[in-house]
Amino acid sequence: MTMLKEGRPTAPQAVNEADSAPATVTGNRALMLEEALIFEIGSTDTTGVDFAEAPKVASRLGNLARTDGIGLPGLSEQETVRHYTRLSRQNYAIDLGLFPLGSCTMKHNPRLNEKVARMPGFADLHPLAPQSTVQGALAVIHELAQWLVTLTGMHSVAMSPKAGAHGELCGLLAIRSALEARGDARSVILVPESAHGTNPATAAFCGYKVEDIPATPDGRVDLEALKARLGPDVAAVMITNPNTCGLFEREMKTISDAVHAAGAFVYCDGANFNAIVGRVRPGDLGVDAMHINLHKTFSTPHGGGGPGSGPVVLSEALTPFAPLPFVEKQGDRFVLVEEETVEDHHASSFGRMVAFHGQMGMFTRALTYILSHGADGLRQVASDAVLNANYILRSLDDVLDAPFGGSGPCMHEALFSDKGLAEGFTTLDIAKGLIDEGFHPMTMYFPLVVHGAMLVEPTETESKAALDQFILALRSLAERAKAGDEALKGAPYFAPRRRLDETLAARKPVLTWTEGALAQAAE
Amino acid sequence: MIDNVIPARAGMTKQENNMRYLPLTDTDRQDMLSVIGASSVDDLFVDVPAEARLSDKIAGLPDHASELAVERHMAALARKNLSAGEAPFFLGAGAYRHHVPASVDHLIQRGEFLTAYTPYQPEIAQGTLQVLFEFQTQVARLLGCDVANASMYDGSTACWEAIGMARRITKRGKAILSSGLHPHYVSVANTMAKFTGDALVHQAPTLDAATDIDALIAGIDKDTSCVVVQYPDILGRIADLTPLADAAHAAGALLVAVVTEPVALGAIKAPGHMGADIVVGEGQSIGVGLQFGGPYLGLFGCKQKYVRQMPGRLCGETVDAAGKRGFVLTLSTREQHIRREKATSNICTNSGLCALAFSIHMTLLGERGLRELATLNHGLAVQAADRLRQVPGVTLLNDSFFNEFTLVLSKDARDVVRNLADRGVLGGVSLGRLFPDASEIGHGLVVAVTETVTVEDIETLAKALEEELA
Repeated sequence: MTMLKEGRPTAPQAVNEADSAPATVTGNRALMLEEALIFEIGSTDTTGVDFAEAPKVASRLGNLARTDGIGLPGLSEQETVRHYTRLSRQNYAIDLGLFPLGSCTMKHNPRLNEKVARMPGFADLHPLAPQSTVQGALAVIHELAQWLVTLTGMHSVAMSPKAGAHGELCGLLAIRSALEARGDARSVILVPESAHGTNPATAAFCGYKVEDIPATPDGRVDLEALKARLGPDVAAVMITNPNTCGLFEREMKTISDAVHAAGAFVYCDGANFNAIVGRVRPGDLGVDAMHINLHKTFSTPHGGGGPGSGPVVLSEALTPFAPLPFVEKQGDRFVLVEEETVEDHHASSFGRMVAFHGQMGMFTRALTYILSHGADGLRQVASDAVLNANYILRSLDDVLDAPFGGSGPCMHEALFSDKGLAEGFTTLDIAKGLIDEGFHPMTMYFPLVVHGAMLVEPTETESKAALDQFILALRSLAERAKAGDEALKGAPYFAPRRRLDETLAARKPVLTWTEGALAQAAE
Repeated sequence: MIDNVIPARAGMTKQENNMRYLPLTDTDRQDMLSVIGASSVDDLFVDVPAEARLSDKIAGLPDHASELAVERHMAALARKNLSAGEAPFFLGAGAYRHHVPASVDHLIQRGEFLTAYTPYQPEIAQGTLQVLFEFQTQVARLLGCDVANASMYDGSTACWEAIGMARRITKRGKAILSSGLHPHYVSVANTMAKFTGDALVHQAPTLDAATDIDALIAGIDKDTSCVVVQYPDILGRIADLTPLADAAHAAGALLVAVVTEPVALGAIKAPGHMGADIVVGEGQSIGVGLQFGGPYLGLFGCKQKYVRQMPGRLCGETVDAAGKRGFVLTLSTREQHIRREKATSNICTNSGLCALAFSIHMTLLGERGLRELATLNHGLAVQAADRLRQVPGVTLLNDSFFNEFTLVLSKDARDVVRNLADRGVLGGVSLGRLFPDASEIGHGLVVAVTETVTVEDIETLAKALEEELA
């Protein structure tokens, strides 16, 4: 036998760019791996977990033993790791690149926060553990509360709301309780047209009639129209500041004064607090209640749709009505005030909003983030967030229509419209084109007051180099959409999926897996 | 005002004014300002009224701190707690300690899951969307429902959303809440009912081996929108829900079942299979962990015919422009971002990452693993109940239970729980803490026993109880 001396080829042959890539038998394309559903690859007899043998006992389940096949497929640990790792690679994420979703504040999520949240002293605590055994956890809630109150210039904070919309509910319930306490039944809440959808939904949930307030041509609340509408039937005004057009409501204090003079309250949607943290205190602007999205301004991860956390800072007038439970410092001890002790000194509370104490796992992360930044760093957060947004606004306002660009600087997000795009081209085409360029699209078609809105929020954690690359991409797409480049209408080309048929999904919803369900729906 | 303040970091570079998460340099800032045409960042804040503009950082707060300093501070706070793993641990009552396989936490920390947003751009969110579709299917099957949504905040908020949904479906406003429903869930529903106008009927439980199903059936009338019943209930009792479902349906009302310990459904019949129209739950015990009460995971399932009245996000299957299977958020005309004040709920952000953790853990278990886990929980709970009932001064309330039962003690259980904690034993949840207004049940102690409990732990609790009750 002789050894072969030829070896393997070490230099590629020249590629003809016109060649189309051949199909593969698996449907995979190298690192782009298709992944079937667990119901197609798993089996109810497979498990990736093993347990000690159960003690032999006579069942105490009455006659209720479950005898049906539940239909839950299992995978081995290795298959499980592979399944979810493959799926993860079909997601865009902040860890991959700039994620300029306006109003969502997709900033870097520091990993120290994850490490801290997982310390057993926080993660492995039962919510009903005796208070003597959870003094450190109560201290975290108290310390974070102190920061939030100080940063906002408010009187107190309700920590338990689970997300921003839940915080809105908390604020409106406090307002309604305060009004009822003075025997003042009011029925209307005023909401600007540009508001997040959660605002009118929350107001309606609390039993209020929702009325729109119009905007001025420069994208702000129409003060005169608001004043004209105020009256004895108006319970509150819900204002987002900075607003969803990325603009500061210059007349905020005047608005608050007018609202208070009419006997109503000011709710501020704090989704955009990132723009002003350390530079403006909402308490100085006459706000009565404002939720803070810890998953936005204070960088707890969005996790593909939650969990969030929405503490609500309150004015002195609303503080007595704050929900249970809350943490108080009594001497050296931290005390959780809940139903058992509420009568003593918090009898006006409107009650409980959640089973336990709110999003502790988000509190540890947010406090870690806040301590890392400190007072100086948090102020710099707002400065850099606003600087980055203005840099994008002024780098693109020659190719994209900036409807409020003439009225001065924006805050933390830059707003463009679809004005000037070629006939038949839309904001959606630009958004999908951004996907091919390696970016998550901006918020699109919101706020509703701007046609084909594109709301770009870069956040402070992007470098200038990252911003420049994004500007290059968006400029190119704007030029293509204005020139009527038909290829853009097919984007994205390089994502795991092309544009998806949402109409089909809604017409005959397939919400759970059964063999062949989609084929039936499509018929 | 901040306790344990961290001193300002020595050696901070004043000129650069940077901390580690902020990448811009002062040179970048100057270059960008010149593109913008502003002379300073302060000029960008001109729209803020001068009297509200802060000229410098807020006084009295510490400056930025190193990763090491912050970790040290937080670790010191963590050490002031007695974590569940450090003590014989028997707490339940709506939050359960289970072993979560290491791969679950590893996978949810992949940045593509952790740092993604709600999947509004489906072409680059198929990972999250497929997980949600699998999650919805797992939850529907576990609860015995036709469909399930992509999660709610937690069990308690899912419960009041179910009450609201029943009101919309039946156009009636009276909900009957079982005395066995978790009192915090009752509190949440009471809070909401003050503002929605629902009339809620509820009584505190009595220390009785039988559930209140007969009383619930007797209370149903033509104004009843729904009956809300927990299974297993707050005292750990379980009963067949079929007669209750039949009675509710006969009166045109719905049955809402609440499951706070979903591991139980690996051993006992699913509420959906006993006629429940809506089944909600707390999914925390699978994959999520205790976390001092949050974030948790609201489970929400119902019959197919009610799907358009559901709150929250739904993920559905579809195809892309090239004909490949894919997933999208769907039926969003129920939701606040489309329907605004006419939405079925105001919920936006939900518990996505907790749903992922649940789904991964459930995939690792599979049906076989879930059944083994449930069998192990039940076996240990039976062992514990039989051991603890032998302690003088202790009576076992339950005839039937899954992994949680109620002991009636010869003393007020609140004091006993505090004294046990001083001995380093986390021995259960007192009914006095859960129902402060119902002093007659103050001797009740709710004890949960999961696979994390050892035979030695049971013995330790028995001995400690013996001494406390002597």
